[in-house]
Amino acid sequence: MTITLNVNGKSHQVDAEADTPLLYVLRNDLDLHAAKYGCGLGQCGACTVMIDGKAALSCVTPLLVAQGREITTVEGLGTAENPGPIQKAFIEKQSAQCGYCIAGMMMSGAALLKHNPKPSDDDIRAALRTNLCRCGTHMRIMAAIKRASELMGQQAALPAAESNRSAG
Amino acid sequence: MDTFDKPDNTDIENSASEHSGPELTRRGLLMGTGALVVSFSTANAFAQTPAPAPAAPAAAPAKPPALPGSLDTDRYLDSWIRIDAQSKITVFTGKAELGQGIRTPLMQVAAEELYVDPKDIELITADTGRTPDEGFTAGSQSMQNSGTAIRNAAAQVRDLLIAQAATQWNLPADQLKVEKKRVIAPDGRSMGYGEVVVGQFLHVEAQPKSKLKTPDQFSVIGRDVQRVDIPGKVTGGVAYIQDLKMDGMVHARVVRPPSYSATLKNLDDTAIRKMPGVIEVVRDGNFLAVVTEKEYQAVKAMHALQLAAQWDEPAKLLDNANLSAELIGLETEVGTVAEAGTPAFPNGPTYEATFSRPYIMHGSIGPSCGIAVMKADGSLDVWSHTQGVFPDRDAIAQMLALPKPKVRVIHMEGSGCYGHNGADDAAADAALIATKVPGRPVRVQWMREQEHTWEPFGPGMVTKIKASVGADGMIDNWTYDLWSNSHGTRPGDAGSLLAGRHKSNPTPLKLPKININPNGNGDRNAIPLYAIPNQKILWHYVNQMPIRVSALRGLGAQPNVFSIESTMDELAMAAKTDPVEFRLKHMKDKRGYDVIKLAAEKFGWGKGTPARDHGVGFAFARYKNHAAYLAIAVELKVEPDTGRVRVIRCVSAIDSGQAVNPDGIRNQTEGGILQSLSWTLYEAVQFDKTRITSADWSSYPILRFASVPDTVEVHIIDRPGTPFLGTGEAAQGPTSAAIANAIRNATGKRITDLPLSRERVKTAIGA
Ligand code: FES
Ligand code: FES
Repeated sequence: MTITLNVNGKSHQVDAEADTPLLYVLRNDLDLHAAKYGCGLGQCGACTVMIDGKAALSCVTPLLVAQGREITTVEGLGTAENPGPIQKAFIEKQSAQCGYCIAGMMMSGAALLKHNPKPSDDDIRAALRTNLCRCGTHMRIMAAIKRASELMGQQAALPAAESNRSAG
Repeated sequence: MDTFDKPDNTDIENSASEHSGPELTRRGLLMGTGALVVSFSTANAFAQTPAPAPAAPAAAPAKPPALPGSLDTDRYLDSWIRIDAQSKITVFTGKAELGQGIRTPLMQVAAEELYVDPKDIELITADTGRTPDEGFTAGSQSMQNSGTAIRNAAAQVRDLLIAQAATQWNLPADQLKVEKKRVIAPDGRSMGYGEVVVGQFLHVEAQPKSKLKTPDQFSVIGRDVQRVDIPGKVTGGVAYIQDLKMDGMVHARVVRPPSYSATLKNLDDTAIRKMPGVIEVVRDGNFLAVVTEKEYQAVKAMHALQLAAQWDEPAKLLDNANLSAELIGLETEVGTVAEAGTPAFPNGPTYEATFSRPYIMHGSIGPSCGIAVMKADGSLDVWSHTQGVFPDRDAIAQMLALPKPKVRVIHMEGSGCYGHNGADDAAADAALIATKVPGRPVRVQWMREQEHTWEPFGPGMVTKIKASVGADGMIDNWTYDLWSNSHGTRPGDAGSLLAGRHKSNPTPLKLPKININPNGNGDRNAIPLYAIPNQKILWHYVNQMPIRVSALRGLGAQPNVFSIESTMDELAMAAKTDPVEFRLKHMKDKRGYDVIKLAAEKFGWGKGTPARDHGVGFAFARYKNHAAYLAIAVELKVEPDTGRVRVIRCVSAIDSGQAVNPDGIRNQTEGGILQSLSWTLYEAVQFDKTRITSADWSSYPILRFASVPDTVEVHIIDRPGTPFLGTGEAAQGPTSAAIANAIRNATGKRITDLPLSRERVKTAIGA
């Protein structure tokens, strides 16, 4: 059947069986491979995306459920040439070893920062509770999310500063 | 990243490029040929191989001079470095990116000697069709072997470029300099590297000796160069084999037997063949797979095939509740790892204990994946995240009865592997299936439960220590017995591949033989680095492998260092000496001494008493006794009611020789510490008499963010101008022991069986 998906602000028609998990459609039909297959069981967070601003495990989200909702993947956060603040923070802190878990970490982090721009360490740990990393990159992942919160704060402050200048 | 190199590792033992030093020069002289003497006595100029290896047998007269690192086996400069007419520099390595971040430091060493920016270099990694054969990417040896080869090749290429330009300009070479990929004359004339290199210019054999830059000339080595692979990985680039797409690619899923020795009894696949998208149902002996157009169709067909297949399943596994006794009962022979003096305990040992480690998993976050295509000319291309493209190629060729040149294996990164996981098997699955659907690239993705139940685990081990401390407070006697399988069942042979064992006309697994060498295997780090006059260390070899095992990060080093360093604390207590002081008193190796000192100092060891229910612990090891030195102190808290342990802070010090990319060393060491913390507190593969029952992350729990320490510090002792010692596995053993020692400190109880689980801690403290 044909289903309409709204991913990273664009609308896509996909032809797939309705029980197909969103993850497979993102990766194979839409060529968005940031979200990873890690377990297919909702246990590891490698497939995390944002649906309507909340972290969601795309490996256990059937296509039908995703239909008509706003889906964001890592590709929607920025590009290699023009990375968004979360991506910048992960690069700056060199927060990857193999990096396989990192897209999921960034999306859990993005969902957290959306609702809680200044998270505490405990908030970050809680937001990442379903995300597993086998390489032991945890310290740097937490540091990157903290850093992303700073960068986003600066970004938010920037237009205000500019408008002050032009006013003055 | 991990584990020992070639199965019968020879690259360290036979390498002539060692540290220079009086004894080594003498050893060189003893070895005979003039060339070898030269290479030994000038070794410090280029040596990057650290092993204090036994003298090799006298070299045959015809043997060519030894070359630095892996240049010794691939001797032509253009196997490693090529420069095209546009001065584009390509560097080739037989090593693979396994999540350890090896690409960046390899580019750094090449860039350093060629006087270019690391960004100017394209690095091609392991590919049987293009790169040198460097065996496995393992044993933390990529920098020693490949880094050394590339650095020396780069220096020689640079000097050839200068010499060639000097001839053309008729100027003395020492008046020329190189900069920005150009050779420059004093009068300002210049030539691009690409203009100098014509035809086969770089197709020359490398020399034993290179003019390497000295540490004071470094501009790239020793710098925190950002990893080249991270921007792509954080923006959704095609970074992993799992992301590869090819024209006409089809998707496959295998259906494995439900247990190791199950055999297929019955299968009616008629209904499955009619499912949407199904192209083929593969049945070859006990090997089953489905091939479909779209990926999720393969998952559904796989589930249907699982239900349709009926198996005979014998109950052949060990009794997991009684693992230590089971392993000891399987002993087949005893090998002597080390012997000195005559250990004796006339008054009984000061401390005696039995330690154990369960089977543990690599547990890569991305399950294994392989892609293969059978081409019209009957040749096969295979993409794999294997640690060894050449051995994997050999095994696949044997399995399919194809000549080796017909099979090409190309490395493509997977998720972090930490040793021999399912990568080679997934490649073999893809290869076998590809022969059934020729012309179409076949992508096989393992499911989570397949990775969990079929990967080769890190072997379960048992160790027994007896030790005594003399009146002078020094250890005088030490015996150590360990029971273990071999930790190496890597490819090279079709029997190492699941598909090779499951298909019709199967190749059985060749049981490895006991092999005691300086790299160590089950006996890796079984010899304490401390000065102990009387000692005897035995490996009770277990050749049967009822549970599938192979190389996992550090091999035997983790259980051995856990046992030794737990014992060191008990002996220190008996000697009424502070455990750090006690280690220092027994440490004759200056660099070992320095890392112990630094970790203790940065931690604030001995300053203040830990808070209530808190404990501190310390441990040290030199990985393989000839690679990186690492010491670590931890502070943790034990919840008395539940037995739950929370590690609060870790402070480590590491000496990996010349540090090429310090941040890379920190990153890998932090990772090693956290992974070992996870092994130590949580992990044990579960199985009943028939099946592996740890089939997902709920039945095999690992470290989660809630339990991650507040801080993890890594302090590097840089040793400019000394050989690269590798980094990846140094933390595995010491971290485990430091945690055990801190639990002992907090609770007064010594727990000797891994994991140090909540239940065990609770039982130990009688809560
Ligand atoms: S892949 Fe979705 S939670 Fe693991
Ligand atoms: S960086 Fe490898 S799994 Fe997290």
